Amino acid sequence: MDPLESIKETFFQECEEQLAELETGLLAMEEGDTDPETINAVFRAVHSIKGGAGAFSLEALIRFAHVFETAMDETRSGRLAASNEVVKIMLRAADVLADLVRAARDGGSVDEALTAALTEELKTLGPDGADEAGGEEDWGDFEFKPATVELDLPPAPTGWRVRFKPRADLYAKANEAAILLRELTRLGPAEIELDARELPALSDLDPEAAHLAWTVTLSGEADEAAIREVFEFVDGDCELEVTPIGGAAETAETTEDNGETFDIGALLAQVQADAAPQPAAAPEIPTTSPAAPAPAAAPSPDTSSPPDGQASARKPEAGATIRVDLERVDRLIDLVGELVINQAMLSQRVMEAGFARASGVAMGLDELEQLTREIQDSVMAIRAQPVKSVFQRMPRLVREVAAMTGKPVRLVTEGEGTEVDKTVIERLADPLTHMIRNAIDHGLENPDRRAEAGKAAEGVVRLSAAHRSGRIVIEVADDGGGINRERVKSIAVERGLIAADAPLSDEEIDNLIFMPGFSTASEVSDISGRGVGMDVVKRSIQALGGRINISSRPGKGSTFTMSLPLTLAVLDGMVVDVAGQTLVAPITAIVETLLPKASEVNSLGGNARVISIRGGYVPLIDVGLALGYRAEPLPPGQGVALLIEGEGGARAALLVDAIQGQRQVVIKSLEANYRQVPGVAAATILGDGRVALILDIDTIVAVSRGTETLRAAS
Amino acid sequence: MSMTVLTVDDSRTMREMLRLALTDVGYRVVQAEDGVHGLEVLAHETPDVIVTDINMPRMDGFGFIEEVRSDPEHRRIPILVLTTESDAEKKNRARMAGATGWIVKPFNPVKLVDAIRRVAA
Repeated sequence: MDPLESIKETFFQECEEQLAELETGLLAMEEGDTDPETINAVFRAVHSIKGGAGAFSLEALIRFAHVFETAMDETRSGRLAASNEVVKIMLRAADVLADLVRAARDGGSVDEALTAALTEELKTLGPDGADEAGGEEDWGDFEFKPATVELDLPPAPTGWRVRFKPRADLYAKANEAAILLRELTRLGPAEIELDARELPALSDLDPEAAHLAWTVTLSGEADEAAIREVFEFVDGDCELEVTPIGGAAETAETTEDNGETFDIGALLAQVQADAAPQPAAAPEIPTTSPAAPAPAAAPSPDTSSPPDGQASARKPEAGATIRVDLERVDRLIDLVGELVINQAMLSQRVMEAGFARASGVAMGLDELEQLTREIQDSVMAIRAQPVKSVFQRMPRLVREVAAMTGKPVRLVTEGEGTEVDKTVIERLADPLTHMIRNAIDHGLENPDRRAEAGKAAEGVVRLSAAHRSGRIVIEVADDGGGINRERVKSIAVERGLIAADAPLSDEEIDNLIFMPGFSTASEVSDISGRGVGMDVVKRSIQALGGRINISSRPGKGSTFTMSLPLTLAVLDGMVVDVAGQTLVAPITAIVETLLPKASEVNSLGGNARVISIRGGYVPLIDVGLALGYRAEPLPPGQGVALLIEGEGGARAALLVDAIQGQRQVVIKSLEANYRQVPGVAAATILGDGRVALILDIDTIVAVSRGTETLRAAS
Repeated sequence: MSMTVLTVDDSRTMREMLRLALTDVGYRVVQAEDGVHGLEVLAHETPDVIVTDINMPRMDGFGFIEEVRSDPEHRRIPILVLTTESDAEKKNRARMAGATGWIVKPFNPVKLVDAIRRVAA
């Protein structure tokens, strides 16, 4: 790839990070954070985006970032209080900035009107309507002025005499007289004469002081601007006289006396010299008065970033990090997976060889097993990331949906630091977006209705994450009206999803909203999207090996709870035998195991059976039958039942022949290596080298139970 | 021996731009992400020239320059400041802190190398 293109890619990645930082900072400011380092970080984010955009000439982005930066600088310098209104404007400006970045990256377009509106709003915050081009325009026409007086100029000089006397400051800033003289000689044939008259005796020599001066006679066509450019960096740290030879009078300008003999030609020549090189730098050049070099000792009051030093000292040290190509990490994870399998095989062989438990070999193997497990955990931790990256996108979404629906909403997030596998995080964004939209659009009531119910006008949507028993649990809760069960039920009946007289529990009714083709909004609104219902959310969560659940209290609100595996690479499984096959059931789904007695199993006709457990009945699913391993069910009284809990709390019992044990297995995708098989989630390789299928319990239960209940109801 | 340039910038984009421009002309480039990191790098590197950004977390460019200038080992190293502002105030402040010169962003590679050549022995 073209190196510049790859840097551009880096730039856009960095923009995303900076946009996230910007939003986090602004949200903290909205909450009343006045730490100068927060404000600095926010400023820096915009500043960096502008800097990078400049490098790639992304004009629209530069323009907006500049206006934004100017307004931000007002806040940073304390000239503009970070009031709630100001921060709100900046938050919206951050959204526009994000749009501009993405448009620059993907080539899309942005909402021009919105950009223009925000530009205007930001300008009102800036210093007296700061002009857009960053001051450069001020000098735009200055460049051309000298041309009109060209006729009055004296004949061009045939050379220049440059007298140059450094001050100690020049050396203190690591400038070097010899280099300057070298640069000067590049402009044309030069004669350099050293003036060492001020050099003291060696015994009196102060090595830090400046004692030498030079006079350079430069012949040729060099113009004064080029000469002065050589001395650009040391302006103010030296005495400099540049006098033309042969052309005009030789008293053009001196540094020491303020040039009382003004010659119009020389003055014009100076104006030209000042204006020509870089218009933007022009205001600096006439620092030829003796007062100019002095301020080195007296720092001018600088308001732009007063507590920089202290602020950065207070900030906690950022941990050392490195960036690693994801492919390398995945390769490592694959290899560790192989290691785990290999270690399991080795254990099995050693057991078969009949070594005693206390033998050196067996003990060494135990240690190997522990180490393997630790390596695996550590490697998994590399891929783990805090959910913050996806949570961070939600405040903007909430602002947008709140604006569209006219419902004031406050988003509360918790547990942003909770870590989970990167792939899980990436695939969480869409379902979360949809759920939050839903919570605002359908969950929260209108402000009027809220007032009637005695609630605050501002609705609250709570987004939280936490680790619970080896899984990550993410909740989206609203304090709205809860699910209107009457309506949900009537819609479901209307759409033919359930029978009119189906006896459903509250929980079952709530879960109807996950059924394909169900949408509670009588008219499909812009916000919650068309045709994308909660069934899609449920499917994407299930695809991640997760479960989703809803609980709702009328008048109080609804809570969606998602439970997801922390990683997609390993699984704690129960290894079972079914009709001579070895299968693995995810342990998280299993509530308990039991040995069913023949008396507890009742047939419902056909192959449908239920088992009585502590007074209740749950469907008993013969796994061998469900997967087609055998044609006849296991006779009652044989096998082991795994009591499992599917989403929505629905229970079922899976009947298997025998249990081998509990084991951590490495997940190998069946889809990638073969194709999707209903009822099978993935595969794994066991210690004996054989492939075992991992059961997709939710599908097995949904298929058998779902059809049964629906059939039974109709 | 080729010249070594230390670049100090918190923006990955800028660091990469600098690296590309400088390695193209045969300079060796060492990088740091902010002032504190820059000082750490100086503990085991003696670059011929330092190019530093101003706005950085932990320790900004002004602080970094002051630290380098007060270190007897490194105070002779020319330091160029990267600035997006063409405004005189920033430059003056950088000079007061002890900067040798400056480069106005966005820079083109020729100007960057030229500025380095102008301060490097």
